[in-house]
Amino acid sequence: MPEKMILIGGRSKRQGTALCAGKTGAEYLDVSTTLEMNVEDMARLGLKADSRVRLRTPSGETILRCKGRETKDLPKGLLFMAYGPASSQLMAGDTAGSGMPLSKNLQVEVEPVGPDEAPGE
Amino acid sequence: MASTLRIANGRVYDPANGLDGVVQDICIQDGRIVAAVPAGTKTVDARGMVVMPGGVDIHCHIAGSKVNMARKLQPEDHRHDVHLRTRVTRSGTGGTVPSTFATGYRYAALGYTAAMEAAVTPLGARSTLEELQDTPVIDKGFFVLVGNNVLLFRLLQEGRLEEFRHTLAWWISATKAYAPKLVNPGVDAMWKGERNANITTLDQKIGPFDLTPRKVIGAFIQAAEDLGLPHPVHIHCNNLGHSGNYETTLETMRIADGRRVHITHVQFHSYGSVAGKTTDNPTSKAREIADYVNTHPNISADVGAVMFGRSTSMTADAPLAYMLRRFGSHKWINADSENESGCGILPFTYQDKVYTNALQWAIGLELFLRSEDPWRMVFSTDHPNGGSFMSYPKLIRLLMDREFRKEEMAKVNQKAIDNSGLRECQEREYSLFEIAIITRAGPARLLGLTAKGHLGVGADADITIYEEDADKEKMFSTPRYVIKEGTLVIEDHEFRADVEGRVFHVMPDYDPGIEQVIQPFFEDFYTIQFANYPVDLHYLHRHQAVPTAHQTAAAAPAADA
Amino acid sequence: MSDDNTRTVTDATCTFCGCVCDDITLSVDVAQHKITKSQNACVLGKAWFEEHGIEERPFALIGGREATTEEGVEEAARILAEARYPIIYGLSDTTCEAQRVAVSIADMIGGNLDTTTSVCHGPTGMAFQNLGESTASLGEIKNRADLIIFWGGNPAEAHPRLFTRYAVTPKGMYTPNGRKDRTVALVDVRRTASTPVADIFLQVKPGSDFEVLWSLRALVKGRKVDASIEQRTGISLAVLEDLVARMKRCQFGALLFGMGLTMTRGRHFNAGALLALATDLNEFTHFVAAPVRGHGNVTGADNVVSWQTGFPFGVNFSRGYPRFNPGEWTTADLLARGEADAAMILASDPASNFSRPAIEHLKRIPVITLDPKTSLTSQLARVAFTTATYGINVPGTVYRMDNVPISLRPAFESPYPSDHQVLTAIRERVRALLGGNRTPAGSPLAAVAT
Repeated sequence: MPEKMILIGGRSKRQGTALCAGKTGAEYLDVSTTLEMNVEDMARLGLKADSRVRLRTPSGETILRCKGRETKDLPKGLLFMAYGPASSQLMAGDTAGSGMPLSKNLQVEVEPVGPDEAPGE
Repeated sequence: MASTLRIANGRVYDPANGLDGVVQDICIQDGRIVAAVPAGTKTVDARGMVVMPGGVDIHCHIAGSKVNMARKLQPEDHRHDVHLRTRVTRSGTGGTVPSTFATGYRYAALGYTAAMEAAVTPLGARSTLEELQDTPVIDKGFFVLVGNNVLLFRLLQEGRLEEFRHTLAWWISATKAYAPKLVNPGVDAMWKGERNANITTLDQKIGPFDLTPRKVIGAFIQAAEDLGLPHPVHIHCNNLGHSGNYETTLETMRIADGRRVHITHVQFHSYGSVAGKTTDNPTSKAREIADYVNTHPNISADVGAVMFGRSTSMTADAPLAYMLRRFGSHKWINADSENESGCGILPFTYQDKVYTNALQWAIGLELFLRSEDPWRMVFSTDHPNGGSFMSYPKLIRLLMDREFRKEEMAKVNQKAIDNSGLRECQEREYSLFEIAIITRAGPARLLGLTAKGHLGVGADADITIYEEDADKEKMFSTPRYVIKEGTLVIEDHEFRADVEGRVFHVMPDYDPGIEQVIQPFFEDFYTIQFANYPVDLHYLHRHQAVPTAHQTAAAAPAADA
Repeated sequence: MSDDNTRTVTDATCTFCGCVCDDITLSVDVAQHKITKSQNACVLGKAWFEEHGIEERPFALIGGREATTEEGVEEAARILAEARYPIIYGLSDTTCEAQRVAVSIADMIGGNLDTTTSVCHGPTGMAFQNLGESTASLGEIKNRADLIIFWGGNPAEAHPRLFTRYAVTPKGMYTPNGRKDRTVALVDVRRTASTPVADIFLQVKPGSDFEVLWSLRALVKGRKVDASIEQRTGISLAVLEDLVARMKRCQFGALLFGMGLTMTRGRHFNAGALLALATDLNEFTHFVAAPVRGHGNVTGADNVVSWQTGFPFGVNFSRGYPRFNPGEWTTADLLARGEADAAMILASDPASNFSRPAIEHLKRIPVITLDPKTSLTSQLARVAFTTATYGINVPGTVYRMDNVPISLRPAFESPYPSDHQVLTAIRERVRALLGGNRTPAGSPLAAVAT
């Protein structure tokens, strides 16, 4: 049974510098498919650094690579990733008449997957 | 091949050249008025029509950061007043703060061919010039806000008057402005630095500075005179909108002591107070203000008349806008510019049944009707503060048609009419000749634009042709032809061409060494590099530098000396 | 230190983020078309300057085939002139000069015009339309602010010099001791690289910003707030009361907020609550608020679209005049609904940051892109122009996040044309194809021609 968590999308320095190098580069792919997760949540789900997880919303799904963060920095149940093609897969097309799709505070289903699944797919 | 045009047989109103409805031809070649054009030249038949120079608006708010904030603020004001594109002109939106294209076309469609944006922060000069380039047809320029400039205050407080003058000249040149503008001098230090306080008297200490508004105003008047600027200091006095403020206005004019000064939207500065009350219930002091202007030829003013309906208050006088919030606006903008200015914006509706609004309306009319010199008390609504420029035709009718004026007076708050002096001067009617002065010839002369506002040989061929009508509002709403620099922009009431007007600016001389004084201040207190601050000429596109008195004298033949 | 091949550009302007820092000194290797050093730039600025060399790319690709710029212009103009519902989107990473031409094309063809503002601080723009705002240029914040509150943003990673140049450490006129003269608070749902800068950190529960802001408003106005606010938001009443006391006590307060408010539940209500809080505080002291804007010239796009149309983004010209309606003419929704039959995208990459249904629609219609680099959007385009990079190769105007316009000082020439040049060529070609501005069918104005 996949677990429900809250995903926050945002910017990061590495995403910014990778963007200048080019969106088709390996660095950009890497930075935009890295998922930050609370270390206790990771342990509970049996995940280690670089383990693959699938995130799913009613709009779509994507495979990401995990990176642990301490509870004081990222509370349990909260996830963070840099904006990019992978985070867009999870966004709804509807904007409730605002023009702005929600990309922070998204409820996502989290499910560990095998190491062979390629991030970003 | 020279482009020529003849306007034949119109009744010409050209006050600068003494023509009061004389039937004669006007000849145009290459955008200017000439004495004659060859036979066979394209002719506009103006028989039975009124020919005037294009209108010149001496004071309005049409471009720049504060105007654009006011535009963004009011989608509801644009929706009900859209401006369709044609094959040759751009679309836009209207309301009290129209989009740039709509602004240019709508001014032109009223027969105006020049307008001065009256309050620009130096930091916002670039955006003003970009917007002005997107404001078609009309010529334009802007006044730069210097009356709360921290560096100028510091120089003044230290008694460095010569450096003060050079720095002022640098600022006008660096921003490509036309004239220096003071708004509620001293207010910024109080508003930003002392928990939203205001200036209340000319002799109070300005926040941390060892200065008073009186001293600041006097210094600017002198510096502008010493620089020989074509238009003197343009002053929005202290205490705008407050009951009893006419004494501040009179005292400000006295500071000039014979030197040239322009007092803007003087209607907003002509209020008395009921004894002992300063917060509400203003009374009219239009007589006192008009008398002073009438008897002091060094003073000029524009009226800043109030027209009923929607307006947008936009001002560098931030506490004024904050005070106006009390009257029901849900929206309010405050915008501070580092070291230079403040700004307040809010939508505002003038209501004819409200005592204060009706009194303001009456005072505006009173000032016009009490004025004895139309060349020095000229036309404005301080667009869009007192009302949109789209209300100009109605205001002209109010001045020209006393029966209409009496009908309108009967509709508004009667206590306000009773408390004004409007009934004392209600029999006067403006003539077409006087209207041509207050809307064209006068403003052009006060601005020092020698090729504008008249139809003499050598003038720019900016011409409006009206079909005469007993209803002056209708007549001035829909000119039949509008000619801009010789191009028939409007023909038979329709746009035929889209042209770009010019930017007028002034480049007063200054000692380049003054930059050694200015640069360190920038490095400490600005967030933009000194080298990136001055506006270069490419932002001006079509433009013309108007010389100062010294530059004109220097360029004159030696034989004159 | 410099030889013939090395050029130094002083006071250059970085357009990576909305800080638009204009104090960068660039060392340029002219022969290699490369910036080798960008002094004063932050890590993002360095990447911006030093990664934008000249890549060997075709001037244009038409259906994947290499083409000249002129051929691209011809094909792009044909697409735009023939389309019944063309859209123009992006605009944030180019000059105001180019933005002005882009809007004029949308007007001429009766298309739809939208900028990346709609997916950035668009909700802030809507809140502004409802309330106005009390705001200030960044220099006034540097000179005067003694209390600064960051809300829902991570400037250390997204706007690295905001702290050092404008808002936290710089010494100003009435803040002569810099950092020591200021109290800094930060509100976010997680700890970030920005958190250590703050004296006070409020970690709010996700999705409870509005409740926190509304409680602060209530306390400012002297109303009672129930202690249960802590369960709802994660912030205790005592902490809120302390913050309110500080806000009222300061001489000049500033609230700087990010997309943590606009991209989450509540959107323009959150931004509106924050703007209203700053406005309310002016009863007690001087208080300002400002959105921390993203891309280099997204603020310029807001200004240009506003002065030309009266509305800041999401503008439709199909009836012959500008109409504004977020949700209807904002691109994220419009594409997701499968509307538009042609798109011109400049200076942005919706194929990498829009929702899946929106991207699926982009794949179905002819797309024109203008971009210095290959992007996901340029890869799906029918016509993809390579253009020069603004601020590095192209002069022009950009607006800082506080609406201050700044001129660019390019470092070296690019063989590629600017966005402005390509757009101007497209406009003139469209004008020729349509015989002037398109006027709505049946409009009496259609008959008025020169």
